[in-house]
Amino acid sequence: MAAMTPTAPGSEAGATAGPAAQDPPDGHLPGPRRTRSRRPRAALRVRRGLVLGLGAAYFLVPLVASFVFTVHTPGQGVSFDAYTALLSADGFAESLLLSLGLAAATITLALLLAVPALVAVRLGPPRLRPVVEVMCTLPLVVPPIALVTGISTVLRWGPDHLSRTPLYQTFLAVQNEDFPFVLVLAYTVMALPFVYRSLDAGLRAIDVPTLVEAARGCGASVTYALLRVILPNLRSSLAGAGFLTLALVLGEFTIASILGFRPFAVWIVSISGAHARMSVAVSLLSLVITWLLLLVLSRAGTAPAGAPVAARADRPARLLRGSSLASRTTRKEP
Amino acid sequence: MSSASPTPTTGTAGGTRRRRRGPRTWLAALPLLGFTGLCFGLPLGALLFGAVTRTDPDTGATALTGEHLSRSLQGPYLGSLVGSVQLSTLTALLATILGVFFAQAVATSRSRALRDAVLTASGVLANFGGVPLAFAFIATLGISGVVTQLADLTDLGWNLYSFGGLTVVYLYFLVPLMVLVILPAIDGLRPQWREAAENAGAGGWQYWRHVGIPVLAPSLLGGFVLLFGSAFAAHATAAALVGGSVPLVTLKIADALSGNVLVGQENVALALGLDMILIAGLVMAVYLPLQRRSARWLR
Repeated sequence: MAAMTPTAPGSEAGATAGPAAQDPPDGHLPGPRRTRSRRPRAALRVRRGLVLGLGAAYFLVPLVASFVFTVHTPGQGVSFDAYTALLSADGFAESLLLSLGLAAATITLALLLAVPALVAVRLGPPRLRPVVEVMCTLPLVVPPIALVTGISTVLRWGPDHLSRTPLYQTFLAVQNEDFPFVLVLAYTVMALPFVYRSLDAGLRAIDVPTLVEAARGCGASVTYALLRVILPNLRSSLAGAGFLTLALVLGEFTIASILGFRPFAVWIVSISGAHARMSVAVSLLSLVITWLLLLVLSRAGTAPAGAPVAARADRPARLLRGSSLASRTTRKEP
Repeated sequence: MSSASPTPTTGTAGGTRRRRRGPRTWLAALPLLGFTGLCFGLPLGALLFGAVTRTDPDTGATALTGEHLSRSLQGPYLGSLVGSVQLSTLTALLATILGVFFAQAVATSRSRALRDAVLTASGVLANFGGVPLAFAFIATLGISGVVTQLADLTDLGWNLYSFGGLTVVYLYFLVPLMVLVILPAIDGLRPQWREAAENAGAGGWQYWRHVGIPVLAPSLLGGFVLLFGSAFAAHATAAALVGGSVPLVTLKIADALSGNVLVGQENVALALGLDMILIAGLVMAVYLPLQRRSARWLR
């Protein structure tokens, strides 16, 4: 921080006015500053274009190449067989639906657990904060494959030790083939760090105690303040948490395959041996499906088009001003 | 929570606030804590217990033993741990640097569309790990991959099914992950700070050296740890791509869990899992205090 603090007005004493003199020559100030930084800006733009271009190339080439791979056979020309055969392939719809159901359940559970806890951390005793943070971050330390070794060990206790107790029924129900709830539990654990990060970033941008206090001062109950003031301000980070969880669940392979269930990712692998072209096609397709879902979700999650994007500097003020307004305008939106 | 707040500055409003909130906030955090305790703590406990004990199949007696752990730190098992750590460190480092450049480019461009596109794309690609990614790269850079054929990469010594190949593949989901993590932090860099630095006569590099990077440091470290963890834990991609030719600990564990189960083999898998947790925990232990110390700038 050293560069920021020393002698901000003094060093530029000549042409540029110090902050103290900023008010009267309002029109003068942008002039010299812009000429000073025009040349660097142009270089910056070139560099930015280069970075974005290279990044786009790296991320697009495999996708384009995969598509070419699925439709073009050297010496035989173009055919879309890999895709048409896919739609009638065994288990495609079931595994996809299973994955989507698991994702919906995981997102719901993770948000229901994390949102109240994280808001509580902002409002409540300071000692709560590190506890919640560590609890939410710890799953990062444990790789899925280590988690699943632990889970399979626990699940084996069922038949081994608990077959006479009512708890055994729970063990069976949790491992139901049609909807393996044990996967939801495992995925929620895995998603917690991402959900935590996303929500924490969102909460960091708003002043929760002040907002709640303001709402309480206007006579709102705590519940009302949370639902109508805090949550609308968190929409984008809620959506972000949802995205990450959704993508995580749709792509998850390790836990499901080791526990012997067959959601989408496991199904893709099961057909890959016989049809190389089809497996690449379905990989691409899974990407497209994920992408579409995320687009739909992000449409739902971001602020309505009419909402002004205020400068970051006056964000707290805007939030205080707009919190009740925002929720009212969103209700009018279709 | 004491019921009476003695702070004179906040007055009666502060007093009622404190009295009402204390117990409720604890309750709100309770489900989360209970859930993690049950669904995360229990498997973890089972893992730990299995890694350090041995159950005699005949008598059913359980005894403490360090045998599994010491076996997991020898020969091919040790090699797989070292391989995993090397690969994760290299890829996480590269992805941290690339991700920051990328996020900075997105943050400084004013285009809302670009930003939305990059964020959604990152959200998808960051979790495009696993088998689909492996297949996409096999179709692109594999032996009969499109790009390999076009550019005659095989003649240049390119091999996707190697350490270098895995690095290229891993970056495909690590860089977007870094963008997701670091973009909010880069947004948190106030323009006023830059203006203040410029007014004080600082150049671009000086601004980054004294303001930007120190402020971003916790997020950078956090991102690096996240990437290291992702790369370290990645299993499906490596499994589909290299089989056994690059020694990785996740592949060894899956082998031990699902493969021909010898007696005691499963416990070695548990011990390897414990090793993984210890390594990742070590990185975390470095990261958490650092993050807490300097997170204040981006509040």
